[in-house]
Amino acid sequence: MPSQPGKPSQVEGSIAIAHAIAACRPEVICAYPITPQTHIVEALARMARLEQLGNCQYVNVESEFAALSVCIGASASGSRAYTATSSQGLLFMAEAVYNTSGMRLPVVMTIGNRAIGGPINIWNDQSDSMALRDAGWIQLHAENNQEAADLHIQAFRLAEQVNLPVMVCVDGFLLTHAFEQITLTDQEKTDAFLPPFEPIQALNIEEPMSIGAMVGPEAFMEVRYLNASQFDESLEPIQSISEEFAALFGRSSGGLFEHYHSEAAQTVVIALGSVNGTIKDVVDNLRDEGASIGSIKISAYRPFPAAQLREALSQAERVIVVEKSFFSGIGGPLFNDVVRSLENSGIAHYSVIGGLGGRAILKKSLIEIFRNGMEESLEPLSFIDLDQKVITRELLRQRAGSHGK
Amino acid sequence: MTTSTVEFHQTGDLTAGNRLQDEQQASRQSTQQRFNSLTAGHRACQGCGEALGARFAIDKVMELTGDRAFVVNATGCLEVFTTPFPESSWNVPWLHSLFGNAPAVATGVAAALRAQGKSDIRVVAQGGDGSTVDIGFGALSGMFERNDDVLYFCYDNEAYMNTGVQRSGATPPMARTATTPIAGANPGNPFGQGKNMPLIAMAHGIPYVATATISHLRDLEAKVAKAMEIRGARYIHIHVPCPLGWGSEPADTVKLARLAAESGLFPLFEAEHGEVTDSSKIRRQVPVEEYLKLQRRYAHLFGKSADAEGIAAIQKIADTNIRRFKLLREEE
Repeated sequence: MPSQPGKPSQVEGSIAIAHAIAACRPEVICAYPITPQTHIVEALARMARLEQLGNCQYVNVESEFAALSVCIGASASGSRAYTATSSQGLLFMAEAVYNTSGMRLPVVMTIGNRAIGGPINIWNDQSDSMALRDAGWIQLHAENNQEAADLHIQAFRLAEQVNLPVMVCVDGFLLTHAFEQITLTDQEKTDAFLPPFEPIQALNIEEPMSIGAMVGPEAFMEVRYLNASQFDESLEPIQSISEEFAALFGRSSGGLFEHYHSEAAQTVVIALGSVNGTIKDVVDNLRDEGASIGSIKISAYRPFPAAQLREALSQAERVIVVEKSFFSGIGGPLFNDVVRSLENSGIAHYSVIGGLGGRAILKKSLIEIFRNGMEESLEPLSFIDLDQKVITRELLRQRAGSHGK
Repeated sequence: MTTSTVEFHQTGDLTAGNRLQDEQQASRQSTQQRFNSLTAGHRACQGCGEALGARFAIDKVMELTGDRAFVVNATGCLEVFTTPFPESSWNVPWLHSLFGNAPAVATGVAAALRAQGKSDIRVVAQGGDGSTVDIGFGALSGMFERNDDVLYFCYDNEAYMNTGVQRSGATPPMARTATTPIAGANPGNPFGQGKNMPLIAMAHGIPYVATATISHLRDLEAKVAKAMEIRGARYIHIHVPCPLGWGSEPADTVKLARLAAESGLFPLFEAEHGEVTDSSKIRRQVPVEEYLKLQRRYAHLFGKSADAEGIAAIQKIADTNIRRFKLLREEE
């Protein structure tokens, strides 16, 4: 185990995240195994066994639904609680996901982003956290493992400041299982940055209260309205906490979003997560050829920084949204969010879907797509490296009525 | 202020009445000193067995802990009729999350208390039979096998009453529910289905499992007291008749609970680490008809459509319980 705080060392992303969680002094950790989140919680289970986490209780449970429910109980009792999951696990706990935010419990959860089935697929895309994007949780996305670790420290601070749960989304395998140069979390700085959890409301014997009452038609709308407006207001603390973190730790993790040569670019690529690394390389190549292109990495996906993004894109002529999730009916959710924030701006917009189920997004494919975009010859919706031969063959077969044979 | 002592005496069974008990042993169902964890004004139906069972169970917990306990509640009748926002009938720290996760939430509460060094505060969880034996079964089984320090109360009224009396995994054979209607060749709930949650709890080897009923409140309190002496996962399954769901008179709720016990249909027993340690003997055995005929959910067994075979099959269940749990005194 590399252990020189303050200096970068070669570690796996999951291990770096586990170290960050440990530095946040959680009191209850509860998780259920699902690939690719496992290495994070395995590392934390070992630390708990070795009594490196103080009084922290590591609870092994029978399902993700129970894992988040244990966190609900712990958080409602005034303890800092953490869980991690992926894919089917997130969907299996969906009811508790909404319940956590509805009860304003500041639980922090890592999503090791993975495709959702069927067909079953264990590899990376972002359809899991996207499926729960409107569940009232703040969502922060990491580009690399340094950010992945650092965002967790900010996540606890943020969650406990605004009384909302936070998901930190980390691309499965591409980050969780990748070894990178990472500066492991410094305990002293973390303690300075993250004060002990002081809940606004928790079970206590001095003042018995009922938490989780049934709310009828006479008050439910107001509860929902207040939740939503306070959720939207958390954009400001996301930004300020991010700046405070950067000042103390000497490294930034994105804030709401981060420009890459995009302030004055005609074409701006917008994406979430680890694919931003590849996009930046491609932007560099195209800029070397003289193209006016840049990219924006969205770090805070929920709440969506719509007004700030619109402002940031005031010079752009077109945006190309690259994303790793795709839903029947709506298409790419990030694209929809971007389009909504650009309403009546006259900025052209293209939706590009790629990397579903773990398919690699290659530089050469992005270069071609971005060039087409800059020449206005890109389709409104396109798919990176979709095998058209397979699609055509299947469609023909189905139309001929031979499917199922 | 002048006070007067109000005493309610249990009638209709063969146990010694409260008035004959020592002051320490007598159960006070209503005094001004009583804690009343569940206060008046809640919205339960008239004659609700669950309200009575929950009040006695939680009151005993609070009495024994000196009010140092947290209560986790599953979604269901009890949750709905006690906490219509902004009102609450609970005088205790109380937490409700979802229908199927009360055991896991309670685990989280217990874990937090351990982490905070406050394990002197005890944790109990409660739910109806739907949340316990069906939708929250996985969470409960997980809580059992980890032996988490939680006492779980199941208030069993044998169907999903809150949603309008649909069948649960605890609905007895032949009972009419909205989803096992009196229709077709085999009316009511089929034989050979359903689960026996106390036995399943015992199979986990947890330190304490007991059944209790609202007609035997002192027995119920004694079992809560026994459970609270123990750390780890504990389970008490309480039979709570439901006038609405069973089609019975509100005034007959306690009577029905007693008939269920006296017929052998609801055996009262205790088990430790998977082994039955004691059972309450039936003082005056009654045939199951006496229990069944007071409930409209069994109306199809009587009258014009009289079903002697059906009644005999239910009697067989009672007889099996009587043998299995040794519910009759050995002949002298």
